Amino acid sequence: MIEKALQGNSRYWMWLAFLSAFIGVGAICYIRQYLFGMGLTGMGRDLAWGLYISQFTFLVGVAAGGLMLVLPFYVHDYKVFGRITILGEFLAISAIIMCLMFIMADIGQPLRGLNMILHPTPNSMLFWDMVVLLGYLGLNVICAWVILTAERKQVKPPKWVYLFVYISIPFAVSIHTVTAMLYCGLPDRHFWLTAITAPRFLASAFAAGPALIVIACLVMKRVAHFDAGREAINKLITIIMYAAIINAFFVALEFFVGFYSNIPGHKHSLEYLFFGLEHNGHVYNNLVPFMWSSALLCFGALALFAYMKITKSGTDLMIGIGCAMIFIALWLDKGLGFVMGGLAITPLDEVVEYYPTANEIGITLGIWATGLLLVSVLYKIAVGVEHEVEA
Amino acid sequence: MDTQRRKFLKMAGVAALAGISAPAVVSLTPGVTRAAAGHGAAAPAAEQAAQGIRLGLLVDMRKLYGQPELMNKAINACHRVHNVPQIDNPKEEIKWLWKMPYENVFPENSSYHAAKNTRESDYLVLCNHCDEPPCVRVCPTKATFVLEKNGIVAMDYHRCIGCRFCMMGCPYGARSFNWMDPRPYIKEFNPEFASRMRGVVEKCNFCSERLALGLEPACVEAVKEVGAIVFGDLNDPHSEIRQILDREHTIQRKPSLGTKPSVFYIV
Amino acid sequence: MYNKATIVPGLIIFVLLVTFPLWFNAFSTASTVPKPELPPGGEKECVASAEEMRSSHMVLLNEWRDDVLRNGDRVAVTVAGKEYRKGLQMACMACHSNKEKFCDPCHEYTAVDPYCWDCHLTPTLAATKKETH
Repeated sequence: MIEKALQGNSRYWMWLAFLSAFIGVGAICYIRQYLFGMGLTGMGRDLAWGLYISQFTFLVGVAAGGLMLVLPFYVHDYKVFGRITILGEFLAISAIIMCLMFIMADIGQPLRGLNMILHPTPNSMLFWDMVVLLGYLGLNVICAWVILTAERKQVKPPKWVYLFVYISIPFAVSIHTVTAMLYCGLPDRHFWLTAITAPRFLASAFAAGPALIVIACLVMKRVAHFDAGREAINKLITIIMYAAIINAFFVALEFFVGFYSNIPGHKHSLEYLFFGLEHNGHVYNNLVPFMWSSALLCFGALALFAYMKITKSGTDLMIGIGCAMIFIALWLDKGLGFVMGGLAITPLDEVVEYYPTANEIGITLGIWATGLLLVSVLYKIAVGVEHEVEA
Repeated sequence: MDTQRRKFLKMAGVAALAGISAPAVVSLTPGVTRAAAGHGAAAPAAEQAAQGIRLGLLVDMRKLYGQPELMNKAINACHRVHNVPQIDNPKEEIKWLWKMPYENVFPENSSYHAAKNTRESDYLVLCNHCDEPPCVRVCPTKATFVLEKNGIVAMDYHRCIGCRFCMMGCPYGARSFNWMDPRPYIKEFNPEFASRMRGVVEKCNFCSERLALGLEPACVEAVKEVGAIVFGDLNDPHSEIRQILDREHTIQRKPSLGTKPSVFYIV
Repeated sequence: MYNKATIVPGLIIFVLLVTFPLWFNAFSTASTVPKPELPPGGEKECVASAEEMRSSHMVLLNEWRDDVLRNGDRVAVTVAGKEYRKGLQMACMACHSNKEKFCDPCHEYTAVDPYCWDCHLTPTLAATKKETH
């Protein structure tokens, strides 16, 4: 089936070349970091995690988001998602590969990465995160490939593969739960030390992942004659709306706990993220514009979707814009605010702000481009198979 | 390798003098018997079952108020023996022992209308060698662990992958990461100790290597003239540190987190 | 045979290229068997026989590392009546102070690049920034 990825029009190849340019830049930046050390990033002693880990966290969510297609189709036999379930699985594969790349970019001694397996440590959540991520990657590769092959041969997929499909459902939940546990089990990181971290991660994941799939469907409708079907898109929008609303509700609960209890530790991060935190006469507020953008984009998209639902109208462009708004809003919320907000107040009660360096951003864009390239190639295969079957 | 090892140990066996192994230092601190099970009767309820040796350190700030140069002496001694680089940029800084204002060291305690000493003096800060260390709990490779024989929270720099999860876990900010090759920033090498490489996390080791030689930790020795830092076995009711703990009111950093620090302060 | 004029020289060039490592080694001096220099202090006895040390010093170093760091076992090593503390810098380099002439020749010959020296100080390096007091 791989040959389908090698037959494309000039636009397809231009797109891959465009992404490859970013991958090239990212690779050069990574070589620089590999040779010099992590000092090339904007991270420091008091703010020891940065863009890499926050992207990792966000992308675990994107990977888990595929569940919103797999679950209705395989468990509830919701036939409308038949054509696009494979997209969820392929997105999960690409997102997890990006996650693993971000982890490798983030560790100081990448050549010792195998120590995680050579010296397995069950009391570390990072160990379990590795286990569930690799497990989910393997499950998705098996399921997607076997089912797509069966579809191509126009036979029913073998029965055994459904076992893996059903196992992959709790795995999707587990990857994001364990990722949340990296954060919410750390003493004295007040912003993260809340039981709602995992549910909040899942809620935002179930909005961000499907939003990306909707955008991909709309793009492929224009460039690859692949129509996911109006009903499927509408159902996905409903799922995205509920998930985004639940996420916003959880954030609101954090605000209540922080500000009503009036406990400084619970308030500081939220103040820093949304209003600017005053500390020793200096106001720290470099993320405030991003967080308000996130809030406005989220509620703006929800309003747009609601309007479309109520008037039963809406063009592909409106849907695309709404999904992009949701995706960006959740990226700002989780891919930026969650990690930096928790780290800005140090254990020694100082406030530090984080500014990623150009080199760090280069690596980050390179990894994103790698993921997009992977998604493009995999979706090309999926669409190619669909066309072949139809022909 | 087994045969080779056995041969080797035979040769080494003669030299296995008791005085060289780590717990020996405890017997150097005045008033000493090795702690044994059951001696913990006088200990606080939560630590009644304490067994074996648990090394701890006490900073008597009363002897350090108004004397920042003494604190610097301890810091320099520590950083010199351990080849700690002197990097001035706070972003990339590496520190095992350092000083900070009261409100930063004890953010859970009130600094409102604090006494003059409290407001104006800095406090020595180091790894707390917790009994329940979160850094050990989160490390994915066992590169940081508790030494069973003396309770020291140790680092194995050979194994650390540099994920910095331990820095997230530590509620005391005691850990530093090597953002780049530290060697150009080491002022003078101590040939008795290694440096670190870039990409690993490091912190205070309670001078394990000095204890093995029967020496006291470098910081303790540096301020010996006033006896501001006391080091010893917290489980031994006759050790100097225990005698002081039994007599004086001491505080610990962030006790509410349940990490059970082994570092105490008299303020 | 067709195209003899191109095939035969082509074959010769191919064979020469493939056998390059063999004849390059025959003429090059880079491949002479290294002769590590013995300790400058004239010590003759090591913690194990020369054969054992040659074949498995790295295993021994790993064991020492785990003993000292992880098991808290710093029992000293006695060789020829002299006591050494377990460790690369403490024991090995005390005699083999000539890392450049003892360790490096074989490591270079076998193209291994041990990361020991990323942290552990060689006597030469330690001497570059000496303690002044």
